[in-house]
Amino acid sequence: MSDVMAPLATVTALPAQGMITIRGNLKDAGFIAAVKSASGLDVPAQRQIVTQKELALAWMSPDELLLLCGYEDAPALTNAMTEAFGDQFAMAVVVSDARAVFDLEGPKVRDVLGKLAPVDMAPGSFGHGEIRRTRLAQVAAAFWLTCDDSARLVCFRSVAQYAEDLLKTSAKPGTEVGYF
Amino acid sequence: MLILECPYCGVKADETELHGGGEAHLKRYGPGSSDADFEGYLFHRKNPKGVHFERWRHVNGCGKWFHAARCTATLEVFGTYPAQVTAPPKALINKIKKKRPDWEGWT
Repeated sequence: MSDVMAPLATVTALPAQGMITIRGNLKDAGFIAAVKSASGLDVPAQRQIVTQKELALAWMSPDELLLLCGYEDAPALTNAMTEAFGDQFAMAVVVSDARAVFDLEGPKVRDVLGKLAPVDMAPGSFGHGEIRRTRLAQVAAAFWLTCDDSARLVCFRSVAQYAEDLLKTSAKPGTEVGYF
Repeated sequence: MLILECPYCGVKADETELHGGGEAHLKRYGPGSSDADFEGYLFHRKNPKGVHFERWRHVNGCGKWFHAARCTATLEVFGTYPAQVTAPPKALINKIKKKRPDWEGWT
């Protein structure tokens, strides 16, 4: 073994990220059109996340989406969304300060997540463009792969320190499982 | 380990991602009902050894409630279905009857 070992992935807490929770009937044509007109993004299919420049739209549940944007842009984007919804039974709310965001980068990023969450991280079963809401040891979290060796993870801000410690422990040098 | 497929997310979620909600398809007896009915609604549960219908919540995922049919003795899962029903789907009942011919039915 070499003296200097690199962690499986570097864990970085990202600065405040704009987040908007959108709720409504994801199958409704009016809803889909309103989301498209306000954000420029298509409503993602089940468990998918779509990205375009600095915006990302994630499927959270059959009636909930999460729009990721710049922190400063969130209020304006939410107003545009609310206007686009008109009198539809749907709403958009700024929740930027509710969650913390982490970036994981390294060739063993699947190992780091696979050790903490009850998710099959094999490349054939968890791929790009998929977001998974799950459990990270004792807390709820959601993550998606941004490329082959990096992932992004969101969890509630109240458990951010716990999640960061957890990820860093899981990424300790020499602890790879080597399964993926 | 119990693995149930969430009918909303389509993920095969393991038990630790879910929260159990007890027996499914209870009939609620509220104000105006007899004491015996109310007592039954509050306290009496089936606890069978065999086919059981349960409520589960995908608590660390989409957060939705759903129903599951499983065997309490073997942990075999017969199927899961959404929560917006008052009785198990016909297809699922037929499937269970085929696998367990001496099953008495869900009511």
